[in-house]
Amino acid sequence: MYKNIIISSGFHIFLIVIATLSLPFLAKKPIDLPPIISVELIQITDQTNIPFAPKAKKIIEEVKKKQEKLVSEQAPPKKVKKEKPDAIPLPDEKKEVVKKIEEKKQNPEKLDNEIKQVSEFEKDEMFDPNKIAALIDKSKEDLAETTKKLDKTTQSQDLNMNLTGLTLNEEDALKAQIFGCWSIPLGLPYNENLLVRIKLKLKPDGSVIKTEILDHARMNKPGQGFYKVLAESALRAIQLCQPLRVPTTGYERWKDLQLNFDAREMLEG
Amino acid sequence: MINKKFLLLCILIFYPLKSMALIEVDITRGNLNPLPIAVSSISSSEADKVKLKKELKIDDIGLEISRVVENNLKTSGLFNPLDKEAFLQKPDIAHLKPRFEDWALIKAQALITGKINLKDGKLRVEFRLWDVLAGKEILALAFTTVPKNWRRIGHIITDKVYERLTGEKGYFDTRIIYVAEEGPKIQRIKKLAIMDQDGFNTKYLTLGNELVLTPRFNPTNQMVTYLSYFKNLPRVYLLDIETGIQEVVGDFPGMTFAPRFSPDGKKIIMSFAMDGKSDIYTMDLENRIVERITNHPSIDTSPSYSPDGKYIAFNSDRSGYQQIYVMKSDGSNVKRISFGNGLYGTPVWSPRGDLIAFTKLHKGKFYIGVMRTDGKGERLLTENYYQEAPSWSPNGRVLIFYRETKTDSKGEGFSAKLWSIDLTGYNERLVNTETDASDPSWSSLLSN
Repeated sequence: MYKNIIISSGFHIFLIVIATLSLPFLAKKPIDLPPIISVELIQITDQTNIPFAPKAKKIIEEVKKKQEKLVSEQAPPKKVKKEKPDAIPLPDEKKEVVKKIEEKKQNPEKLDNEIKQVSEFEKDEMFDPNKIAALIDKSKEDLAETTKKLDKTTQSQDLNMNLTGLTLNEEDALKAQIFGCWSIPLGLPYNENLLVRIKLKLKPDGSVIKTEILDHARMNKPGQGFYKVLAESALRAIQLCQPLRVPTTGYERWKDLQLNFDAREMLEG
Repeated sequence: MINKKFLLLCILIFYPLKSMALIEVDITRGNLNPLPIAVSSISSSEADKVKLKKELKIDDIGLEISRVVENNLKTSGLFNPLDKEAFLQKPDIAHLKPRFEDWALIKAQALITGKINLKDGKLRVEFRLWDVLAGKEILALAFTTVPKNWRRIGHIITDKVYERLTGEKGYFDTRIIYVAEEGPKIQRIKKLAIMDQDGFNTKYLTLGNELVLTPRFNPTNQMVTYLSYFKNLPRVYLLDIETGIQEVVGDFPGMTFAPRFSPDGKKIIMSFAMDGKSDIYTMDLENRIVERITNHPSIDTSPSYSPDGKYIAFNSDRSGYQQIYVMKSDGSNVKRISFGNGLYGTPVWSPRGDLIAFTKLHKGKFYIGVMRTDGKGERLLTENYYQEAPSWSPNGRVLIFYRETKTDSKGEGFSAKLWSIDLTGYNERLVNTETDASDPSWSSLLSN
């Protein structure tokens, strides 16, 4: 009887120890909060029916008229395009065309005043009150799309965080930084097994506390000169790059990082 | 049943371990920029400086050695020697203990320092190579020689630094033999000449009375084979550069072309032309027995052994156009390896064994290129109106060849010069020679 209890308790203790060591949520680790994004909530009705003030109405009508004019007088730039010859002119003809264009540029008084005053940007800035509702509808659609995208991103980010530790963007930023720092020794053969794995211990600001070459034994083995050269170049790259471009949050995720330096692709190319 | 439960339990316990796996990031690209390196002047005492100035007529021998190293590293294209004006630490102090922060400040990733001592008329040069970013010494060596060999010390230091930082052997303590040319094209005087790989210490080995062609180094020692005309008949000669002793290998019937040593230096491979066809033969240098390797009614020439001596690359017009072929060293198993447009010739097997260099003629232009030994991966490194005869550096990274150019704007007159290019195809350089030059051949390393 006692024997069974002892065995049972022994197994229970074993399970608790294993679970405590392996299950991450049981370990007391500092809570790693995701970055706080402030969102301003604004409710907008489908249509705004505020009547225009008499003065404003006049101004808007004037603007509308002007805009109509502008639209009808947008032809001149097209004319210039038409003037361009379809075929490449002979040298003499070409000179004439150049002269004509230059004349137009050099004599601004000849240009229509109204065209001169209104640029493409100014035209864009003028708004049509009739389109406000449409604009609001569009902004709502955009908002919905953005929210959907954000939702998706958040989910995938969470997934990446759990599975690989770094999101694709974070990984790309880190890679791009190290690509710039790593001078590949070009004398290395491309057909040998030359993969250098380096384990890093990082500070929250991305500076390196410790580097460890995982296949360190190869460094001093005879006939492994190429490996040693590659490993040293990788260490130089890390030193040169630090502080590394690491995420601003989630230190617990990436405080230990492994970089696998593989130059075969570059050397073969 | 119990086993299944146990398995399930194990999975439940150990599965969360996966979530704690170390983050891994694969770095598969880097930059190909030359490594910034600081070559500090080799320091020496004032007394030694005065003595050496008397003997060599050079003000500061340490500075000159460092310049040799700098120049070598720069021409390799893999290093960027930094301007000495930017150095913050004096050479003698830097040699004892560099202030790595100062060197890192000027963006140096490696640093070379050194010290000279003159004792009993011998020059002792020690140097150290430092990894600036790691803050440690990674190489330290000392050499002793007679003072007049100071340039060679610079070359040997470069070789050691190059090997330590790139992983492959250097090619700086080497010599180049070539045909020095003078005079108008129809009455050209051609002499055999030899120089250091950087163009210094040129010596002429023949007087120019007879026409000389295609000198080639023995890969194992400082022997040279070349072709010379005696009474309008081509003869193959052997020349020992160290002793200057020259001997005729043999008089052969018909025309003889392109003699070249086998990798062990015991045989010469060449082609003989007779009755409108040309075949490849070898000659054993010990017993002078000649063996026929190819027997085909076409022109087979320019043979070159693979470094292991098992294969021979050569060019032949047996397909109708001149192309490159590879066969076993006994002449069996002939395979065509070049299939691109144009004519291919002068194949030369790389000392590393992975590539074959060649000259290609296509649409009136000459190209120097490389391909793998099966003919795949053809890469054209350089293009010009007339260039040929590539020869490999002993580490198989750089090719030297000659190029003929018109000397004036009217397209009249001509000049032949040596050029080098590395395997990237970007680092092309003119090699300085005292006269016009052609047919270069690169020696093996003088010091191993």
